[in-house]
Amino acid sequence: MATTTPARGAYTPPPGGTGTASKRHSTWRSRLWRFDDKASPYAYIAPFFLIFGAFGLYPLLYTGWIALHRVEMTGLDQSEWVGFDNFAKILQDSEFWTAVANTFVIGVISTVPQLLVALGLAHLLNYKLRASTFWRTVILTPYATSVATAALVFALVFRADGGLLNWVLHFFGAGNTDWGNGEWTSKIAISVIVIWRWTGYNALIYLAAMQAVPTDLYEAASIDGASRWQQFRKVTIPALRPTILFTIVISTIGSMQLFGEPLLLQGGTLGSVGGSEHQYETLSIYLFNYGWKLGHLGPAAAVAWAMLVLLLLIALINWIVGRIMRKSAA
Amino acid sequence: MRITRTGGGRGRRAAALTTTVLTASALLLTGCSSDDGDSDASDSNGNITLKLADFGQFGYKEAGLFEQYHKLHPNITVKEETTAEEQQYYPKFLQQLNSNSGLGDVTGIEVGRIKEIVDTQAGKFADLSKTINVSDWVSWKEKQATAKDGTVIGAGTDIGPMSLCYRKDLFQKAGLPTDREAVAKAISGGWEDYLKLGEQYKAKAPSGTYFMDSASAMYNAVVSSSAQQYYDADGKPVYKDSQAVKQGWDLAAETASKKLSAGLPQFGVPWQTALRKGQIASMVCPAWMAAQISTYSGDAYKGKWDISRAPGTTAANWGGSFLAVPKGGKHVKEATELVKWLTAPEQQAAVFKAVGVFPSNKGAYELASVKSAKLPYFSDAPIGEIYADEAKSIPEAVLGAKDGVIKDTISNQINNMETRGTSPDKAWKAATESVDKALG
Repeated sequence: MATTTPARGAYTPPPGGTGTASKRHSTWRSRLWRFDDKASPYAYIAPFFLIFGAFGLYPLLYTGWIALHRVEMTGLDQSEWVGFDNFAKILQDSEFWTAVANTFVIGVISTVPQLLVALGLAHLLNYKLRASTFWRTVILTPYATSVATAALVFALVFRADGGLLNWVLHFFGAGNTDWGNGEWTSKIAISVIVIWRWTGYNALIYLAAMQAVPTDLYEAASIDGASRWQQFRKVTIPALRPTILFTIVISTIGSMQLFGEPLLLQGGTLGSVGGSEHQYETLSIYLFNYGWKLGHLGPAAAVAWAMLVLLLLIALINWIVGRIMRKSAA
Repeated sequence: MRITRTGGGRGRRAAALTTTVLTASALLLTGCSSDDGDSDASDSNGNITLKLADFGQFGYKEAGLFEQYHKLHPNITVKEETTAEEQQYYPKFLQQLNSNSGLGDVTGIEVGRIKEIVDTQAGKFADLSKTINVSDWVSWKEKQATAKDGTVIGAGTDIGPMSLCYRKDLFQKAGLPTDREAVAKAISGGWEDYLKLGEQYKAKAPSGTYFMDSASAMYNAVVSSSAQQYYDADGKPVYKDSQAVKQGWDLAAETASKKLSAGLPQFGVPWQTALRKGQIASMVCPAWMAAQISTYSGDAYKGKWDISRAPGTTAANWGGSFLAVPKGGKHVKEATELVKWLTAPEQQAAVFKAVGVFPSNKGAYELASVKSAKLPYFSDAPIGEIYADEAKSIPEAVLGAKDGVIKDTISNQINNMETRGTSPDKAWKAATESVDKALG
C-alpha cells in the first residue's frame, strides 16, 4: 500500500488573499491551527491517561484510603477511621518481616542466576547459527507459558512423594526431599520456576542490544589481539550496561510481585499462607492472605503501600549505583 | 515537533479522536457494569434457570435430583456451579454478596462460616422460616442459621456426626480388636483410650503404616464434641482458655511426640496417596468421610475398612452445610421452593444414599433407606444406625464468626508439630499470633 507522507515543516499561509475579511479569516484559522497543534498531542495520549486514571491511579489512591480505615470483607460498606494503626499492625507483625526477607531472598536467588544465564545464552545466540530464528523462538516459549501451568507442572516435579526431581536424585543416592516444606528447598524450587520462565525473555532483550553493538568495535578489538572472552568483557558488557540496568529493574519489580509461583507450589491452604511456617511467603501472598483469606482489608492495603515504598527504595538504590557506575566508567 | 497539516487529515483525525474517546468510555463503562451472566435468564415461555452455587460435594447431581426437579417443574432448570474447595468459594461468595452480582439464586454456606454470615449479612438473605418447617431439623442446626431478629437464613442440608473409620486387617495384624463393638468398647473412655490403642498399634504396626492420618483431624474431633469451642455465648473469642481446645491441643501434641500419626493434612494429594497405598489404619470419620475414603482407597481395600462409634460419650459434629437464598436474586420465590424440596427428608435420604452425607432433617432418620442403610465398602457397617445414634449425642455447640479460620490455623501448627518437630510451646505461640491476627 502506498502512503503519502506529509511534508514536514512549519505551516505557511496560502499565497494571495490580501483582503481584510480573508485576513481576519486567516488569523482565526491560523490560531485554530496553532491550538490544534498544541492540543492534539494531549488528545492522542488522553485515552491512556484516562484508562490509567480509572484503573491505575484511582485504585492506588483508594488503597491508600482503605489503609487508613478499618474495612472488613464482611461489610465493605462500613469503614472506621483508624489512622496509621494498620501500618503499625503490619510493622509489628513478625510474619510481615518474614515475608519481606523471603521476598528479597527469593528475588536475589532467582534474579542473579537468571540474568547471568540470559547473558550467556544471548552471547551464544549472537554467533552465526543454523536455524537461529528457531532457537530464538524456543528460548522464548517458557515466557509464553502461563504462571499457573508452569507452577502446576513444577509442583509435580518438586513433589515429595513420587516427584520427578526426587526420582532423578535417588539415582545419585539422595533420600526423599520434601521440597515445599523446607526452609531453603522451597525457596529454591520457586526460584527455579521463575528462572525457567524469565531467562529466555531476558536473553532476547540482551540479544537485541548485542546486535546493536557496531561490528567495527569487535574488528578493532580483534586486530588488537583480544580473545573472544576479552571481547565479551571489554566490548559487549560495557555496551550492554544500560540494557542490563533495565533488566535488573524489571526483574526486581517482578520479584517484588511474586505471587502465582508460591501460591501454587503446594497449593490449597498451605499455598495461601506461604507454607506451614511461612517459609516461602512473599509479600504478595501475605497481602492476599490478610485481605482475602482473613478478610481484613485495612492491613492488606497497608501492605500494598509498604510494597510501593520498598520498590521506591530499591529504585533509589539502583539509581545511585547506576550513577556511581557511570562516573567510574567515565 | 510541529507537523504540517494536509487537507483531509482533520476529518480523519477528528474521527479517530472520537473513536478513541468512545472506546475509552466504553471500556470504562463495561468495567463498572455488573455482569450477572445468564443465571437470571427467563424466556417468553416463563422458563427459568436457577443457579445453585456450592462447593465440595453436595451430592444433588449424583443423586439425580436436578433432573427429578425439572420433571416436577418443567419450566425450571437448575444449574449447579461448584467450587472444589470451600476456602476458595467463601471469599468469592463474600465479594459477590458485597457487590450483589454474580451470586447464585441458591448459595451453599458451610457450618464454619454460618455464624459470620448470620451476624454480618443476615439482611441480604430471604427468611426461610415462612416456607420451610425449620423445626424438622436437629435443633442445633436450626439455631445456627437463625439471626437475632428470628429470621432463618439457611436451610440445613447435612450434618457430620463423627464416628471412627478403621482398617480391620491392619488392626488384626497389630493385635488390636477388630469387631466394631469391641473397638467401640476399647475407646469408650475417651480420646486418651484412643491414643493408648495407638501406642499398642505402633508397637506391632505393619511397616509403612500409621495409626492415624493426622493429629489435626483428631484435634478437630475433640473440640467439635464439646459445647464450648472457640467462642463464648456472647460472641467473644475465648479459644485460649477453652477446655476443649486445651484438651485437643495436648492430645495432638502427645500424638506428635509419640509419632502416632502420618502427619498428612487431610484432603491434600499426599493424604490421598497414603489412602491409596493403604497406609492409614484409622481416621476420625464424619459421615461424609466414608465417601472420601472409599474413593481414594479404591477397590483394593474394599471390605477391609469398618466403622465404629467415636471415642467418648459425646459425639462431635464436623461439617454440614446450609442452603441460603440471597434476597437480591430475581427468582427468590422459586429458589426458596427449590431449597425446601432439596432439604426435605426424601431428598436428603437420596443424597445420603448417593454420596453418604448425613441428613439434618429428623424426618429422614425414620425413612427405611436411611435407617437400614449399610455400607458394603465398610464391611456392611450399619451407618444409618450408627450416625443417627451419634447425631443424638451431639452437643449444642456455641459457634463463632471465625471458627473456620481458627481451626485451620491451629491445625496448621499441629501439622508443624507432627512433621517438623516444632515444640508445642513454639507452635502454640505461632498459632495464637496467627489467630489473633485473623480475629483482627
